[in-house]
Amino acid sequence: MIKIFHFYGGVHPQEAKISRGVSIVDAPLYPLYTVPLAMHIGAPARSLVKVGDTVLRGQQIGEPASFVSSAIHSPTSGKVKALDVCLSPQGTQLPCVVIESDGEDTPAEPLPPIPDWRDADPDILRKRVAEAGIVGMGGASFPTPVKLSIPPGKSIDTLIINGVECEPCLTADHRLMLESPKMILEGVELVARILGVKNVFIGIENNKPDAIQVLDKEAAAYTDPVIHVLPLHVRYPQGAEKQLIYAITKRQVPSGGLPADVHCVVQNIGSIYAIAEAVIHGKPLYERVTTVTGTPLVSTGNWRFRVGTSYAEAIKLAGGLKEGASIAKLISGGPMMGMTVYSQSIPVMKNTSGILLMAPEEVHQYTSKACLRCGRCNDVCPMQLMPGILSVQIENERFDDAQNWHVMDCIECGCCAYTCPAGRPLVQHMRRAKSEVGAKLRAAKAAK
Amino acid sequence: MSEEVKNTAAAAPAPMPAKPASSAEPALIVSSSPHFHTKSTVDSIMRWVVIALLPACLAAIYFFGLEALRVLAICSIACPAFEYLSAKAMRKSNELHDGSALVTGLLLGMNLPSTTPWWICLIGSFIAIVVGKMIYGGLGCNPFNPALVGRVALLLAFPVVMTTWPMPRIPASLKADSALTEVVPASSATPQATASAVMPATTATPLKFSKGSRTHGSARNLLSDCTPAHQKAPLTYMQMFLGIGKSGSLGETSGLALLLGVILLICLNIVRWHIPVCYLGTVAIITGIAWICSPDSYANPLFHLLSGGLLLGAFFMATDMVTTPLSRTGAIVFGVGCGILTACIRLWGSYPEGASFSILIMNAFTPLIDRYTAGRPFGMPKKKGIKMTA
Repeated sequence: MIKIFHFYGGVHPQEAKISRGVSIVDAPLYPLYTVPLAMHIGAPARSLVKVGDTVLRGQQIGEPASFVSSAIHSPTSGKVKALDVCLSPQGTQLPCVVIESDGEDTPAEPLPPIPDWRDADPDILRKRVAEAGIVGMGGASFPTPVKLSIPPGKSIDTLIINGVECEPCLTADHRLMLESPKMILEGVELVARILGVKNVFIGIENNKPDAIQVLDKEAAAYTDPVIHVLPLHVRYPQGAEKQLIYAITKRQVPSGGLPADVHCVVQNIGSIYAIAEAVIHGKPLYERVTTVTGTPLVSTGNWRFRVGTSYAEAIKLAGGLKEGASIAKLISGGPMMGMTVYSQSIPVMKNTSGILLMAPEEVHQYTSKACLRCGRCNDVCPMQLMPGILSVQIENERFDDAQNWHVMDCIECGCCAYTCPAGRPLVQHMRRAKSEVGAKLRAAKAAK
Repeated sequence: MSEEVKNTAAAAPAPMPAKPASSAEPALIVSSSPHFHTKSTVDSIMRWVVIALLPACLAAIYFFGLEALRVLAICSIACPAFEYLSAKAMRKSNELHDGSALVTGLLLGMNLPSTTPWWICLIGSFIAIVVGKMIYGGLGCNPFNPALVGRVALLLAFPVVMTTWPMPRIPASLKADSALTEVVPASSATPQATASAVMPATTATPLKFSKGSRTHGSARNLLSDCTPAHQKAPLTYMQMFLGIGKSGSLGETSGLALLLGVILLICLNIVRWHIPVCYLGTVAIITGIAWICSPDSYANPLFHLLSGGLLLGAFFMATDMVTTPLSRTGAIVFGVGCGILTACIRLWGSYPEGASFSILIMNAFTPLIDRYTAGRPFGMPKKKGIKMTA
């Protein structure tokens, strides 16, 4: 417990976790839910319902369309009003099922609980994770069953649970750890059994001492495998997968590689909780804890929202805006990596860890100047790239150069742009180059 | 910047909403992450550099009187003025508010003797700002330190004015009785210098003595050699560090004032400690080796560190962000390179001073240093560095 774990680079922005002391509350039922069929990376789910169908809470309404895809379940009981498209936080359009609630919230027949999961076959558990539609709830929303299937030729010896929550403002994982430590630890053991690993670590940043204490106390009861709770140095982006693996195991995920290449699997706290619920109670993933926060709000807090709840309802739930306050930015996620959205009609999805509102006076607007070559971006880049040089190359559209200077390794954490005194939109430059280089690489692959 | 606007538009095409947002919704700003930003800006960095230069400026005014203030004032007004005019001429937006022209002006002024006539100050400012900075595209685009470009141009064009220094003021307790009537030592006095009422005599800098001593063969009693004629006791190293009785350009006198400024900048993460430490360390090691080998012909390292423009160069010129490498490793290479060049020029070159030339030469190497010191990205196999492209 004495050693504090850390990684290279990073920044320490203001934490602004004002909702850390607010308990999780279940959100009320709403008349309308817009449930996207693509709340995950990979192929959108295929709809299993038609307009006018009656659905029950937890009933499957979308089936995985390919290996990398996920099942979708109805958040409540009611009628399918429409099969439509809705807006995603990225600004793209997603196919969605619009469900009109009947107000009864009648549950569907749950998936059969597996109380004897300790003795169950890993394949049965893995199948259950797939049936429950579980995805990575930290933000990337990668389908969890894929992550839990060890690729051929790879071996896993370490399971890392990501309780870092290094994004400022967000407190959903923190509250979940404090309020449901038992469920989380059961989930950890469950996943450890699916993977058959003996090294299990829960990484939590030092700014959540209460969560470290609670989990550490509960973890003492687990001996097979032993679960280690590790306090981590408070440094953004500690919760980035590669950085977390390095901080805990000192293994570097190779460039372009996956955690499995260094024998690790990382799972987010929210996903672990959902896995435990799916196996022990047979409950599919149709709700999640989301932090709604921001200075323009009357109150901030952590709510358990059904997927498909619109941001507008979430903001209303938090008391709406203060007298005379206005919003300049509405962000899906945290302030470092979250996406600004331009409409409050966007639904809460499986990966919506936070809804953040920023007042006009908080929004830092700046014009991009020429690079001053101060080298701060260089010092903070956790991937040890040279963002300053890259951004000049990208401005001049020298994408081949940018590729040679490893732009594809960028994790878009935003440390460089956060620290840039010249106000250069470095992350935007990196994204541009990544899409250009990515398109070129795909074209080259297709030509082969 | 029009270029910037173009890039932004290409990077983030605004997609059409799936359904038109209802008119009741407020207009929201859509931008790329991150949405938090440090308070540090170019303007604030330059403001801190000006503040860090103030102790040395005040010391210069103390030692050389109002003449020093005159030189500093001319340069720090002329540099922003030339930047404004060239931005106008180039039809570029005016970036005067960032304060970088003021920094260049102060640094240029600190590199001049207090007797420099006003028109030489103006020429220096013009060369520094227009030739050294604006023709490359302004702040951030210049390959060489603008103040040094100005100084070196003046040094080559007006060698006598640039190497004739007035006697600094010394405290009364140190004064010899007949101080003011002493004869003018070695270097020739310029008309400007003798005309100056405040500074009655000119003197060579300690460094110049060290150069002379090599031919005369007595580097052992350098300190007493270079003691100003109006001071009774020989110069001490402490005096040299404080700047008392040491002649030179405005910013070359007080090492203490320069040190205070640079420590402030290091604490604010504006200057990397790597450059000054490696620079001074390398000079000390090379001059130290020469001194150990032949103490009669070479000055000792402490004397080298405390004399001439080395401290000013190492603290404020070699640490200029724009013209130095990006990474820490690069900063170390840069500092060591400056140190080797300075020591070589001082020991074996024909100029007494080597700091300006060595920093300018290393500025030219900066892109190359950046390329070779580019770190191995996280998760890269050990031997695969940056591939070269034409």
